[in-house]
Amino acid sequence: MINALPGAIELGLLYSLMALGVYITFRILNFPDLTVDGSFTTGAGIAAVMIINGYPAWISSVAAFGGGLAAGLCTGLLHTKGKINGLLSGILMMIALYSINMRIMGKPNTSLRGTETLFTDVSPLVVMPFLVLGVKVLLDLFLHSDLGLALRATGDNPLMIQSFGANTDNTKILGVSLSNGLVALSGALIAQQSGFADISMGIGMIVIGLASVIIGEAIFGSRTVIQATFAVILGSIIYRIVVALALRVGWFEASDLKVITAVIVIIALVVPTFQRYWRQKQAARRRAEELGNRIQ
Amino acid sequence: MMLTISNVTKLFNPGTPDEKVALFNINLRLKPGDFVTVIGSNGAGKSTLMNVISGVLQPDTGEVFIEGRPIHHLPEYKRSKWIGRVFQDPMAGTAPNMTIEENLAMALARGKRRGLRFGVNRSKRAMFREQLERLGIGLEDRLKAKVGLLSGGERQALSLLMATFTQPKILLLDEHTAALDPARAELITRLTEEIIRDLKLTTLMVTHNMEQAIRLGNRLIMMDKGRIILDIDEGRKKDLTVEELLAEFERISGHKLADDRVVLG
Repeated sequence: MINALPGAIELGLLYSLMALGVYITFRILNFPDLTVDGSFTTGAGIAAVMIINGYPAWISSVAAFGGGLAAGLCTGLLHTKGKINGLLSGILMMIALYSINMRIMGKPNTSLRGTETLFTDVSPLVVMPFLVLGVKVLLDLFLHSDLGLALRATGDNPLMIQSFGANTDNTKILGVSLSNGLVALSGALIAQQSGFADISMGIGMIVIGLASVIIGEAIFGSRTVIQATFAVILGSIIYRIVVALALRVGWFEASDLKVITAVIVIIALVVPTFQRYWRQKQAARRRAEELGNRIQ
Repeated sequence: MMLTISNVTKLFNPGTPDEKVALFNINLRLKPGDFVTVIGSNGAGKSTLMNVISGVLQPDTGEVFIEGRPIHHLPEYKRSKWIGRVFQDPMAGTAPNMTIEENLAMALARGKRRGLRFGVNRSKRAMFREQLERLGIGLEDRLKAKVGLLSGGERQALSLLMATFTQPKILLLDEHTAALDPARAELITRLTEEIIRDLKLTTLMVTHNMEQAIRLGNRLIMMDKGRIILDIDEGRKKDLTVEELLAEFERISGHKLADDRVVLG
């Protein structure tokens, strides 16, 4: 079990950038963005193709981030200017990206064997903590800038921030772009770590992102932005540990992963609702009894 | 003129069986420093008037000017540079999951380009503390508290401060004490008076409290069925009683002031 831990931490760190992207849309903008399933592969595809064609790995990774920004921009425009329902905008982009990703890669699977990637000379376990921490700090700083405050208020109380002069269309587009940029960067890193990009590698990514956000916030709290981004990163790592443990149970197969993930998210979404309901009911009963005693 | 509204008409559901004339040929001019209270029945067009000024709605015909500059074609987020607003719902004017100081920082950025500088820094924080002290309800010691933890009265006091401390050219108050209990409503009313007086803000205040409508401000307008039916200046307003005001309304409009929340004073 212990020897599975480094691998789980490594994957958790690589996927944590994707989870931070999902945090931006799902938690900050209150916008469940399904573009993620497509843009993750877009990032992986762009990075893989560029590296194969001899571009340095870091330039390819930055380009993948840019590709994600563009994908998010399209979803944001569909939702704000096209007035298409948020979920549907994401689904439309996800489907469109499948074809675009195929065009980028030219074939369903692109191998990076024998190429120079970010992780050729140094293990992800060494690089990723610094990279993830750097992204986290930059994101924290951004979310405390004037622009970042307007972005957060767009998810919290859009009417209020409009009355203070922010264009919420623009803040939404910015948030969704940034989110998908991080998702694509995560895809680019996963491709370099695993040595290939695959057309179906993004399927279910949104649910994994949600699971990471929810698990992290439940365990480590989300009182402030700084705490929440930290929790999301740790949530991503814990998710990978849970998956590694689940796969040790002989009865499970690798293809059961998606249903396990879905169940984790469902539990995490349902339990707090029931808890709140029971707590309120108990509090009400207690108060009613108190009042009854007083009258007698 | 600070605010000029000329020949503004606004229809809802035009051309359908539900057509409603929310505003009909409204003309209103506010001088700098005017504090106008607005009363009227349910559906008289008071809130629509506020929304047409703030940009939530665009007038169908007619024009709106601030200091002579036409603004009726601008979206709300562009007009908000000049317009401060407090809503009836204490939850509406603040972001609940953000802190008091973050909310104030967003209000401070009104009308400015929002960039990548820190929203809250040391000098802004000192200024926020000073501003909050003026409210006298202890919020200055809770800068890092989330606004969602505040009571309705505290949130409305904060909304009022956020709407006013950048000295907007026009302040719109839309029944902003209506959702509060009497003690809190009294506090917010007192703060409103003080702030408007100190900053000399040009204000339009919708209220359903007749006594308040008479006591506050230097001018009173009465609306009915999308029209301004009465405009009372400072001299006449001083000696007016609630009974006279209600009688006047009935005489002009031909029906009683029908507002299920009307407070006589």
